[in-house]
Amino acid sequence: MRALAWIPPMSRLSPEALIRLLVLLAGVALLVVGLLFPLFAMLVKSVQDRSGDFIGIANFVQYFQTPALVNSIANSIRVALTTTVIVVGLAFLCAYGITRTCMPGKRLFRMLAILPILAPSLLPAISLVYLFGNQGFLRDVLMGETIYGPIGIVLGMSFWIFPHALMLLITALTHSDARLYEVADALGTPKWRTFLTITLPGVRYGLISCLFVVFTLAITDFGVPKIIGGQFSVLATDVYRQVVGQQNFQMGAVVSVILLLPAVISFMVDRWIQRRQVAQLSARAVPWQPTPSPLRDGLFALLCYGVAGVILLVIGTAMYASLVQFWPYNLTLTLQHYTFQGLGGGGWGAWFNSLKLAFSVALIGTLVIFFNAWLIEKSEGYRPLRQGLHLMAMLPMAVPGMVLGLAYIFFFNQAGNPFNWLYGTMAILVLNTLVHFYTVCHLTSVTALKQLDPEFEAVGASLKVPFWTTFRRVTLPVSLPAVLDISVYLFVNAMTTVSAVVFLYNSDTRLASVAVLHLDEAGYFASAAAMAVLIFLTSLVVKLLHAALTHVLLNNAQRWRQAG
Amino acid sequence: MSMLRRLFQPTLLVSAMASVFAASAQATELTVYTAVESDDLQKYAERFNAAHPEITINWVRDSTGVITARLLAEKENPQADVIWGLAATSLLVLEEEGLLARYAPQGVENLDPKFVDAAYRNGEDPAWVGMDAWVAAICYNTIEGERQGVPMPTSWEDLTQPEFEGHVIMPNPNSSGTGYLDVASWLQLWGEDQGWDYMDRLHNNISRYTHSGSAPCSLAATGEAVVGVSFAFRGARLKSQGAPIEVVFPEEGLGWDMEAAAIVAGTDQQEAAQTLMDWVVSQEANELYNEGYAVVAYPGVAQPIENYPADITERMIDADFSWAAVNRERVLAEWQRRYDSKTEE
Repeated sequence: MRALAWIPPMSRLSPEALIRLLVLLAGVALLVVGLLFPLFAMLVKSVQDRSGDFIGIANFVQYFQTPALVNSIANSIRVALTTTVIVVGLAFLCAYGITRTCMPGKRLFRMLAILPILAPSLLPAISLVYLFGNQGFLRDVLMGETIYGPIGIVLGMSFWIFPHALMLLITALTHSDARLYEVADALGTPKWRTFLTITLPGVRYGLISCLFVVFTLAITDFGVPKIIGGQFSVLATDVYRQVVGQQNFQMGAVVSVILLLPAVISFMVDRWIQRRQVAQLSARAVPWQPTPSPLRDGLFALLCYGVAGVILLVIGTAMYASLVQFWPYNLTLTLQHYTFQGLGGGGWGAWFNSLKLAFSVALIGTLVIFFNAWLIEKSEGYRPLRQGLHLMAMLPMAVPGMVLGLAYIFFFNQAGNPFNWLYGTMAILVLNTLVHFYTVCHLTSVTALKQLDPEFEAVGASLKVPFWTTFRRVTLPVSLPAVLDISVYLFVNAMTTVSAVVFLYNSDTRLASVAVLHLDEAGYFASAAAMAVLIFLTSLVVKLLHAALTHVLLNNAQRWRQAG
Repeated sequence: MSMLRRLFQPTLLVSAMASVFAASAQATELTVYTAVESDDLQKYAERFNAAHPEITINWVRDSTGVITARLLAEKENPQADVIWGLAATSLLVLEEEGLLARYAPQGVENLDPKFVDAAYRNGEDPAWVGMDAWVAAICYNTIEGERQGVPMPTSWEDLTQPEFEGHVIMPNPNSSGTGYLDVASWLQLWGEDQGWDYMDRLHNNISRYTHSGSAPCSLAATGEAVVGVSFAFRGARLKSQGAPIEVVFPEEGLGWDMEAAAIVAGTDQQEAAQTLMDWVVSQEANELYNEGYAVVAYPGVAQPIENYPADITERMIDADFSWAAVNRERVLAEWQRRYDSKTEE
C-alpha cells in the first residue's frame, strides 16, 4: 500500500531511463569482459599456427582429416542424447509428481533429489567404480559390459545432471492457473487431454529449455568422461588431450569451436520458442492445488523414491569408500582419510578457500544474474542491448570449463591488459565461476519472470514508481523461491567445480574440488572420496539452511501463492 | 560431530599461526610451479626452509600436463618464478619457447652430467638442472593375478602374450606424459620398426588407455586391472600403503624421464630464485629426492630404497630427451592413427 501512496513528485522518465541504461550497460560489460573477450582470445588460436600466425581454416581441415578426432563428434552426440532422454524423462515425471500430485513426502524427495548437485562429479565416478567396476558389488548387473565407457559416462552424467533438470522443470510446473483446470474439469475434458492441452503447453518453454540445458551440460562435461570414460573419447576429453596432453592450444581451440555449436543452435531454438511464449500467470491467476488420487499419488511416490534410492546408493557408496582403509583388500573402517595429513593438496585450508569462493559467488552472482534477467525480460527499449545480453547469458553453458579457464589465462594474463591485477586472485575465481554457471541461473530467472504478468511492470510504470522499486517490492518477493534456488545453485557449483579453476588457482587459493582431483590422480582414492564427501556435506548444510529459509519466506512473503 | 571438531580445530590453529609468522617474518616469496607428487611438497619446502628460512615457497602444483600447459599459456606474462620438479621433456618445450632463464647454480658441476642441460657441456649456463629419474615400471596385482590366472610379467614382451589379453592398462600418450615416455622409450630401445610392431601386438592386449599416468598403477592397486603400465614412484608408494602389488622392472630396459628445475625468464625475484636453484642441486636436496626416487642427479648420494631393485641405474635405457621432444608430434600422430581411431566400440 505504501508503494501506491508514495509517488515521487519530481519523477520524470529521463533520469530513470538513464539509470536503466547504465545498469544494462554494466551487465553487458560484465559478460563482455568475463566471457566474450576471453573466449575471443582463445578462439583466435583456432585460426593460428603454433607461432601465432594466421593460417585460416588449416587447423579445421586437419581436424576433419583426423578420424580419431572426428569420431568423437558422433560419440559425444550419442552419449549426450542418451543422457538427455533419461534425465529429462525422469526429471519431468518427478517434477510432475512434486508439483501436480498429492504424493506423500514431497519435501523429503525434493531434498533427496537435489543431493547429486551437492557433490563433485568425481563422487559418482568413484562410486560407480566401487559399484560396477571389476571389483564392484553390483558388477554382474552390467552382464559383462564394462563400466569404463559409454555406460559409465551416461550413468555418471545422468546422476549429476538430474537435479539441474529437476530444478528447471519444477520452476516451470510450479506456476499454473487453476481456472484453466477448473474449466477443463467443468467441460468434462479427459485427464490426458487436459495434460496435452493445458499442462504441456504451459511448461513448453521450461521443458524445451531443459532439453537444451541437459544436452549441452552432457556434451560439454569433462569430469565424468575423464574418470570413467576409459578410452571412449568425447569432444570434452579431446580438448583435454590436445591442451593438457599435447599443449596443442590450436587444436584444442578447434575442438572448442565445434563444442560451441550446440549452444548456438540452442539459442536459435530458444528465441524461436520465446516468441510463442505467453505469460501464464496473469495478475488474476489462481494457483492450482492438486487433489488426492491414491493410485496416481502412489505411482509417482514409487517412481520418485526409486530415483531417490539410486541417488542414496551412489552417495552412500562414496561415504563408505572414504571410510575404508584400503579397498577392496582391507575393509577395516577408519576416519584417518579425513585428516589429509601429508597428502598435500591443501587439506582443510583448501576446503576453507572453497567456502570463501562459494559464498562470494552465491551472493554476487545471484544479485547480478537475476537483476540482469529482469532487465532483459521486463524492461522496455534498448532491444539490441537486451537481446545481446540474453545471447551472452546463454553462451557460458556451452563453454567447457577447461576452455573458459584457459581463455581466462590468455585474456587476463596478457601484458598490458587493464584487468591484469585480477589474475591469480580470488576475484578471478569468483568471476570465472559466476560466468561459468551463468546460464542455468539465467534460465531459471527467465522462466520465473516469464510467468509473471507484464502488467506488474505496466502498473508500476503508470503509477510512476521507479523500476527499481517495482523490482524490489514486487518482482523480487514474488520470485523469491527462484532467487534462493539460484543462490544455492551457485554456492554448490562453486564448491564442486574443477575444470575451469584448475588453470586459475594459485598457492593462496587452492580449492577443495581441485584437491579431490589431485588425490584421485595420486591414487589416494579414499582421501579423494573423503574430500568429496566433505564438499558434499558442506553443500548439504547450506542446502538445509536454504530449505529452512525458503520455508519461512514462503510462509511470509509468498502466502498469496498458497491461497485457497 | 566432536570427532570432526577435533580434526578441525588444530588444523585451523596451525594454519592461523603459520600465516601470522609468515606475515611477521617479511619473507621473500617465490611462486614455484611443480608437478612433484603432492604428498611430498610440504617436505620439500620444509627442508629448503631449514637452510633458507627467509624465502617462502608458494607452491602451484598440478599434473605435468596441466603445469606445462599453464606455463605455456602464461607465456606473455609469466607468473612463476621457479619451476622445481617438472619433466625434462616439458622443460625442453619451455626452453624452446624462450621461457627459461639460464643459470649455473653453485655446485652444478657436482651433478652427473647427464642430469644437466646439454648446453652446459658446451660451456653455456644450463637452462635447467635435473633432480632425479622417474622410471617406467609395471604394477602387477598379485591377488587378481592369481585369481584370474595372469602370471607376473618380467619383460615388456610378456605383456603381448595371450594370457594378458584384456588385462593390461596403460596411459594414453596423447593425454599423459608417462604414456609418451613409454612409447618414446620403446621406440628408442628397439628402433622405430620393431617398436611400432611391439605396440601393435601390445594394443591387442590393452583393456583401455587412461588419461593419467598414475591411474594404471592405482587401478592395479585396487584390482580394477591386473597389470598397469605406469611409473615406479607411484607403484612403490601404493605398495607401502598396503596395496597387493609388485612393482615390476621389465628386463629389456626402463624408459625414464627426469624431474628438473629451472628459473623462469623475467622473474623479479632473481636473487631468491638463484638461492633456491643453488639448494636444488645441493647434496642435501638430492638426499631428499632419494627418499622417493632411487636414482638422483648427485652421484654417490643414492641409497637403495624400498621396492626398487639395487641395479636400477644399469637398467635405465640410454634415453635421448631431445629426440623425444623433437619427434613428439610425429610419434603422437602416428600413435593416434594406429590405435586411437579404433577406440570407438
